[in-house]
Amino acid sequence: MNSNPVSPSENSKPSGLAMSRVAIDRELKAIIADVLGIDAEQADALGDDSGLFGHLPELDSMAIAGLLTEIEDRLDIVIEDDDVDGEMLETYGGLLTFTESKIIER
Amino acid sequence: MSIGIGTWDAPLGQGQISKELCVHFDQARENRVLILPAWFDEANKLRRFTIETMRLLNEAGIDTVLPDLPGCNESLAPLGERTIASWRDAVEAAQAKFAPTHILSIRAGALLAPDGLPGWRYAPQTGAKLLRAMMRARIVAAREAGRAETTEGLFEQARAKGLILGGWPLGAAMIAELENAEPLPSASQRDVAASELGSSGLWLRAEPDEDADQSQALTQIIAADVGTGE
Repeated sequence: MNSNPVSPSENSKPSGLAMSRVAIDRELKAIIADVLGIDAEQADALGDDSGLFGHLPELDSMAIAGLLTEIEDRLDIVIEDDDVDGEMLETYGGLLTFTESKIIER
Repeated sequence: MSIGIGTWDAPLGQGQISKELCVHFDQARENRVLILPAWFDEANKLRRFTIETMRLLNEAGIDTVLPDLPGCNESLAPLGERTIASWRDAVEAAQAKFAPTHILSIRAGALLAPDGLPGWRYAPQTGAKLLRAMMRARIVAAREAGRAETTEGLFEQARAKGLILGGWPLGAAMIAELENAEPLPSASQRDVAASELGSSGLWLRAEPDEDADQSQALTQIIAADVGTGE
């Protein structure tokens, strides 16, 4: 049992539990691709300034609700009413930043 | 023996009947699948998928029938007066009329699937999740219009006198049922996850769409299970 002592302070915390920004970005783009019916390549072209709610006519309130619910399911976060505002929904960058902050606080 | 659109008598409770439309591919074959479609906004998003699957099942030698429930599509019965319990009665009546051998439910349609028959539940959904998405859509729309609505406030209103969500007027009884409705445990119907059809669910799409490959994949699963597959 004690033949291979490991310092708890150094090694007890597993690394890589939090999703990286790249992984969140990838998952978020995949969800948006599913909602907009676009392919991975097109979704990959989304940048921080790419407009979402209010910019894409097909992205109405029902589609946004579906998008948020899918983000909750796939990224294991809970989005409250108060979280939902124009800023987080207006651009891809806003949504990504919001999602990251939710993952960090969970 | 026919392919097309007909009508059927759906019970409304208290002895009343509502004439509803139904799409059927009926050639008096051995296997006949009763289809319980998705609800509300998801019903629109999945309509093409549902009918396309029926066409492919027809080609695979399987009969299907898709009856409208009171309050849905062209129904003259007000949706606001419907309850999940009344829809379960309607499904029971549909079962008696069409004598299906199997049930295919789609999304929230699983909430109405009786346990007595074998079948499939495509991406079954709970009432609570459906309600949450519809509430959220309303809140997003309200924010956009500069009105501050909250889930709690809307629930209070909904429980007292019903609520219009995404354009669908839902009565207080329906809201209360949705909060707790879950697909009945079924030993005879197997769940088919969205991923089994090789792509993401079409209900996620911002606009109604279709995907022949997904309909084909579901048809193959069903045909293989009933034994008419290659």
